[in-house]
Amino acid sequence: MASVALPQRRGLFARPTATKGFWSWIFTVDHKKIGILYGATAFFFFLVGGTEALFVRLQLAQPNGQVLNANVYNQFFTMHGLTMIFLVVMPMGVALMNYLIPLMIGARDVAFPRLNALSYWIFLFGGLFIYSSFFLGGAPDGGWFGYAPLSRLQPSHGMDFYSLGLQILGVASLAGAVNFIVTIINMRAPGMTLMRMPVFIWMSLVVSFLLLFAMPVIAVALFQLMFDRLFGANFFNPAAGGDPLLWQHLFWLFGHPEVYILILPAMGIVSEIMPTFSRKPLFGYAAIVFAGAAIGFMGWGVWAHHMFVVGLGPVATSAFALSTMFIAVPTGVKIFNWLGTMWGGSIRFKTPMLFAIGFVAMFVIGGLSGVSHSIVPHDAEQTDTYYIVAHFHYVLFGGALFGIMGGLYYWWPKIFGYMLSEGLGKLHFWLWFIGFNLTFAPMHILGLQGMPRRIYTYPDGMGWNFWNLIETVGAFTIAVSVLIFLWNVVLSRRRRMEAVADPWDARTLEWSIPSPPPEHNFDEIPVVEHRDDWWYRKYTTKPSGEPARVYAGGANGHDGEAGHGIHLPSPSYFPIIAAIGPVVIAYGVIYHVWPVAILGAVTSLVAFFGWVLEPQTAEEHH
Amino acid sequence: MRKFPVGSKRGLLVALAALGVVLLSSCATNAPQDFLNHPEGPAAVSADHLWNATFLIAAVIFFVVEGLLIFAIIRFRERPGREAAQFHGNTKVEVLLTAVPALILAGLAIPTVRTIFDLAQRPDNALNVTVTARQFWWEFDYSDNDVITANVLHIPVDKPVYLTLNGEDVIHSFWVPRLAGKQDVVPGRTNQLTIEAPHPGVYYGQCTEYCGLSHANMRIRVIADSPSDFDAWLAEQQQPAETPTDPTAAEGQKVFLQGPCINCHAIEGTDAQARVGPDLTHFASRQWFAGAMFENTPENVSAWLADPPAVKPGSKMPDYGLSSDDIQKLVAYLESLK
Repeated sequence: MASVALPQRRGLFARPTATKGFWSWIFTVDHKKIGILYGATAFFFFLVGGTEALFVRLQLAQPNGQVLNANVYNQFFTMHGLTMIFLVVMPMGVALMNYLIPLMIGARDVAFPRLNALSYWIFLFGGLFIYSSFFLGGAPDGGWFGYAPLSRLQPSHGMDFYSLGLQILGVASLAGAVNFIVTIINMRAPGMTLMRMPVFIWMSLVVSFLLLFAMPVIAVALFQLMFDRLFGANFFNPAAGGDPLLWQHLFWLFGHPEVYILILPAMGIVSEIMPTFSRKPLFGYAAIVFAGAAIGFMGWGVWAHHMFVVGLGPVATSAFALSTMFIAVPTGVKIFNWLGTMWGGSIRFKTPMLFAIGFVAMFVIGGLSGVSHSIVPHDAEQTDTYYIVAHFHYVLFGGALFGIMGGLYYWWPKIFGYMLSEGLGKLHFWLWFIGFNLTFAPMHILGLQGMPRRIYTYPDGMGWNFWNLIETVGAFTIAVSVLIFLWNVVLSRRRRMEAVADPWDARTLEWSIPSPPPEHNFDEIPVVEHRDDWWYRKYTTKPSGEPARVYAGGANGHDGEAGHGIHLPSPSYFPIIAAIGPVVIAYGVIYHVWPVAILGAVTSLVAFFGWVLEPQTAEEHH
Repeated sequence: MRKFPVGSKRGLLVALAALGVVLLSSCATNAPQDFLNHPEGPAAVSADHLWNATFLIAAVIFFVVEGLLIFAIIRFRERPGREAAQFHGNTKVEVLLTAVPALILAGLAIPTVRTIFDLAQRPDNALNVTVTARQFWWEFDYSDNDVITANVLHIPVDKPVYLTLNGEDVIHSFWVPRLAGKQDVVPGRTNQLTIEAPHPGVYYGQCTEYCGLSHANMRIRVIADSPSDFDAWLAEQQQPAETPTDPTAAEGQKVFLQGPCINCHAIEGTDAQARVGPDLTHFASRQWFAGAMFENTPENVSAWLADPPAVKPGSKMPDYGLSSDDIQKLVAYLESLK
């Protein structure tokens, strides 16, 4: 795979050749490297968003808190939400999808490797762009939901960064979604029929379609907001005939599918972990797949449950109450199927499994409180209180983040080639689990005791002091558990307990190749004969129904020398250059400095020309 | 090692149950916006009935599912000599577990929809009040009785009060939890909400739609009076402001009428007729001011006048750099407006 120093064309239209070191990461189009970049970036933003949350909790630990003033608090709670949704949970899902989709379907890369790199760089620059607002007069302070007309009236440039920053992140998501859809539909190994795909792949496919249809909706809303703020338009200005509710409809028409965009990858992860550590096939594979698809469809018909008190009238309200109730059915199906997967199994409580079980246990709570929101007359009490904050943290932290953490522990040996410490992993899990419940369970009570969301302070004498203090203790417990995770990564890397190809005795194709996988993934593209194909290469079924080992297992006949002559996409200069453009344009637009905006547009345009005109490969590859 | 997670999980459950007991007892403490334990208005009570049924069902499902999970964890943990059963599903169980939740939800849907329509009806013989929400305070206009006041809403007990909610600047939400669920106040739209208090007393509430810097400080107080007290209060409020007799207060009136105050405030019986800020005709009769953020004491009012945005972030009333002498006079005048 090493490039040989043959004379080569230099200049704009050559392709970069570094295979190791810094530049190999900057110009990579390898889905595995891009996956790692996504994951590392998302984890960095997780630490930032978590720090914001800690400040919020410090401010609210006591009545009349003096840690943050109203202005900074509003920026922090807005940025905490934006960060965790757009810069942490979404890209964490994308990181795992990037890394795993080709490995799980038996492909050598995604369909459009350069587009994949472009997605990542746009995401990174978009995230940094939004955060640069902290140094440019103030971060977004209109809530992650950016309700108009407040969002069009906030005086700092924060909400400009919001409208343009999310727009940029949306481009990254759209490009990624198209890429994953094409990859999953077109690049599966021979024999990998749709109903043989791992559930994680199914969920990735559903999520990609949701992104494809949801992102344009918020793009429209964000453009309208941008025009209102920067060019004097009146889309959301009631005095000029605009309608603030237009924003809410558009935002939640995006926003509710977005919830499923956040949770479905975690459901996919849990559906991979559960069978492996129960040593059983997934219970009701078809039901889980159809439930995921059903959630994907029904997710478009529930958005107005975010708007039960805006005055839609009893008919619309009732309709959305019903749709909200019944989306609980496919969700419940998944819960029962995971229980069924554990049922009769031989369960090993490794760290990934603990997180997966934690996911099921916590997601049930989030699901049940979710149903209670559909009881509209009571939702009129609950909404915009801490009860809602409790609910969606049980779904997005208890659900999505538990699943993602389980996924990280599960695939870490595959991705990095060494095992994480089980002892530290379990300590991480238990502190995380306890801290999570200490932080978010009391929010149910506070909400029902009338504590609203998004308040930077509350007076003494409301009966809220005790639980707020407990929540702050819980938040710092979570922070300690995250530090233990980081320590685990560092320590385990130093100890270097090498991972074999298949350390968990797992079921899907990525475990059939060495850890970490070679650049070309598979020496030979596998021919798939079963769902859980790798398992059935290792085990046959005895007449009694028990699995019997076929052969010793391990890496699938890799000799280390294989892979020569396999065509792989070459690295490229142009994705990262093209990704600079949108951010530069956005700065120009915000400050009305048109030459800067034009410079940004030209940068991207030139990069796209280079993209089209560069040679297909660096010729030296062989 | 294998026992570790199992034992802890059970211990945790006991701890959670104990926590539940503490939690329920702690709910009995004084929490003036608590709608879980103290719903009082008819709307809050009917919502609470639905909640009770939902919570009961949810609690049963919670214990069944978590119980099955814990059972599976214990029963099906890896043990030597036991192999995992290799089944892929069970159609009967799957259909059953899809149908049962759907039926439960259908059972919840019927009373929910009925209550939604009930609560949307306009009550007969209601007292009409028009509510206007502004950053960051409330205006209450008793349109049929020619009274305008702010932040503190007086209502008679046992009589439905039909609120017409008008938005002006940004979206706010009117919420007095123990009386009724909230209703957003949307600029360019008119919403309605019926509240009713069964007992005399003070009901706490606050804005619940994020509306900017002082969202946290945009509070509501509803005072439910006996019918006779309410009528007396209404008669008081219908009077124009009395001309101050105290000399300091009279000086204060001059400061008020000649200074920047009249650009925004109205005091009936004087030249001050602007309706940008709260009507101050009977300012001293109100127990709270500035979005019900502060108790109406001379100290608080003078701190407010000295620099409003410093004590209430984002206040639309700027710091006019009033001299402490003027502030003293203004306080005397304002506190004379019974």
